[in-house]
Amino acid sequence: MTPRTLVDKIWDAHVVRHREGEPDLLYVDLHLVHEVTSPQAFEGLRLAGRRVRRPDLVFAVLDHNVPTWPRTQPVTDPISRRQIEALERNAREFGIRLEGLLSRRQGIVHIIGPELGLTLPGMLIVCGDSHTATHGALGALAFGIGTSEVEHVLATQILPQRRPRTMEIRVEGALPPGTTAKDLILGIIRHIGVGGGIGHVVEYTGSTIRALSMEGRLTVCNMTIEGGARAGLIAPDETTFAYIEGRPYAPRGAAWERALACWRTLPTDPGAAYDRRVEIDASTIEPFVTWGTTPAQSEPVTGRVPDPDAHPDPRERAAMRRALQYMALEPGTPIQEIAIDRVFIGSCTNARLEDLRAAARVVAGRRVSPRVRAMVVPGSQQVKAAAEREGLDRVFTGAGFEWREAGCSMCLGMNPDILGPGERCASTSNRNFEGRQGPGGRTHLVSPAMAAAAAIAGHFVDVRDWRV
Amino acid sequence: MQPFTTHTGIVVPFDRVDVDTDTITPAQFLKRIERTGYGDVLFHSLRYRPDGTPDPEFVLNKPAYRDGTVLVTGRNFGCGSSREHAAWALQDYGFRVIIAPSFADIFANNAAQIGLLTIVLPEERVRAMLDAAAREGYQVSVDLERQTVTDAFGHRDAFEIDPFKKHCLLNGLDAIGLTLQHEAEIARFEATRPDWMPRVTLQDA
Ligand code: SF4
Repeated sequence: MTPRTLVDKIWDAHVVRHREGEPDLLYVDLHLVHEVTSPQAFEGLRLAGRRVRRPDLVFAVLDHNVPTWPRTQPVTDPISRRQIEALERNAREFGIRLEGLLSRRQGIVHIIGPELGLTLPGMLIVCGDSHTATHGALGALAFGIGTSEVEHVLATQILPQRRPRTMEIRVEGALPPGTTAKDLILGIIRHIGVGGGIGHVVEYTGSTIRALSMEGRLTVCNMTIEGGARAGLIAPDETTFAYIEGRPYAPRGAAWERALACWRTLPTDPGAAYDRRVEIDASTIEPFVTWGTTPAQSEPVTGRVPDPDAHPDPRERAAMRRALQYMALEPGTPIQEIAIDRVFIGSCTNARLEDLRAAARVVAGRRVSPRVRAMVVPGSQQVKAAAEREGLDRVFTGAGFEWREAGCSMCLGMNPDILGPGERCASTSNRNFEGRQGPGGRTHLVSPAMAAAAAIAGHFVDVRDWRV
Repeated sequence: MQPFTTHTGIVVPFDRVDVDTDTITPAQFLKRIERTGYGDVLFHSLRYRPDGTPDPEFVLNKPAYRDGTVLVTGRNFGCGSSREHAAWALQDYGFRVIIAPSFADIFANNAAQIGLLTIVLPEERVRAMLDAAAREGYQVSVDLERQTVTDAFGHRDAFEIDPFKKHCLLNGLDAIGLTLQHEAEIARFEATRPDWMPRVTLQDA
């Protein structure tokens, strides 16, 4: 048999129908649903008199616009409330499980899928959300889809899709001390550009990736879409299996053994060909800080804001100038002299327990700068509970951070947690687009440790110089 | 879906690369539960000044482009979030066609689902159109059957499109209806799925 890649194997195992000249019909094993991209899909079903084909393969959660203040307080924004109530009603009507506002399993959809053992190797997963790529960290093929496709999958359990090209991103060597999975993925996007992965599914390989914890792998796969690729995966290995075993929806007993036997066949065969290959040397990774309005516009923390005039491409020059104007930054400014007003530690990129621990190590025994308002929003209620068992909440609140309930929060500014116009934020999230965290807000993407250090100092600092 | 066959319209030049879906429809407008009515918020932060009045410098607010229906723009258009609201807003505003050197994958998919045609042309042709459209009243005609974009000056560009996507667009086909025709194959496949895959329960697992 011809050698196949991980992506080929999962793809082939899900083809319900293949006809030359048509998209393949792929069977969807798990469909994750949230309140923002689903109301029009359910409405479409109702109008057409269609049902949800497999409610037992659909899992819904409220995360995007829920307030992160205590859950005993009401949702005050009437439009948010209407959207929340719409999902509650749709879940009831179509018989779908919903992790609602009061659920102890509620959290950001891409955090709770892996956490509950719903995300497993070899599965095909979709969600009306571009960061669905996150689930690829466990060796699942996971695509973000739009609302029409959400409706399609609800009605048919099928995603019609053309076979994408494959791209291997191989990272070799040890990550330098003080750098994290977040810095690695920022470095990768800096290298390939925001459109570098268009039309491709990425497989991350190499010793650096193998050495990452599962939480680090989730961070890497999460930002795959920021490099333009719709899905990114990592072959399952012992780290994956150890992470999954015992989680609520994970298989048990004989089913666990059958699953393991299947999962061990998934890694790419020796000699299998990718359409494109990129190699990254892990020793080139530094703590990165974005200075612009795309996730590729970053510099090492020891660097300076770049000069657009030094760029050879005129359109790139124009884009850089516009970004610097929006960000109110002067070329040549040392990154470490950029003062900040807000710090956000949260989002599906960096709000798992490991992230909160890394931030807490930096914060312990120190005080947030008086010029900064800082908040920690755990990725899920379970992360929050685990962090509280370790006393991390007291480390943060003792230093002057706010400790909030789980949700997307200031990652996208759909709930009350937003930046004011002109406010500058060090954020552990994944997008620094204009207005992403609130109209006129300015976002700098960094790792959790870098965000924590910036909160204390009031400006960016190199965590490698930070004694913890 | 709205079928697409031919279209002639005024070109609106939007000379930017990497236009993200937050720029097309900001998050504060995603809370609605309807599919329509997003045209007014298209490019909100560029189109309106902080006090809510239209910014006369922004291309959509210039009288010459008011009736524009063909958007020509830079590479990687529609990157970022999966929100179909971005495609809805462009269509609701009145755009029928978007021309760029490349599109973000999810955006291109979403556009195709609702009958908004995305056309990929080489960088230098897009540049030439942006320049031509800087003069008022520049129009192009798009013929999906022939896969061409033509203008009054005799320029003619051929474009590639996935033949299945073309077929669906030309006929305005209901994608869900098409898939449901293969019910027997879906059911057959379903019966062979591995038993270790999770099934979501209404009670805690
Ligand atoms: S945390 Fe941010 S990126 Fe992740 S799902 Fe929520 S809004 Fe999207």
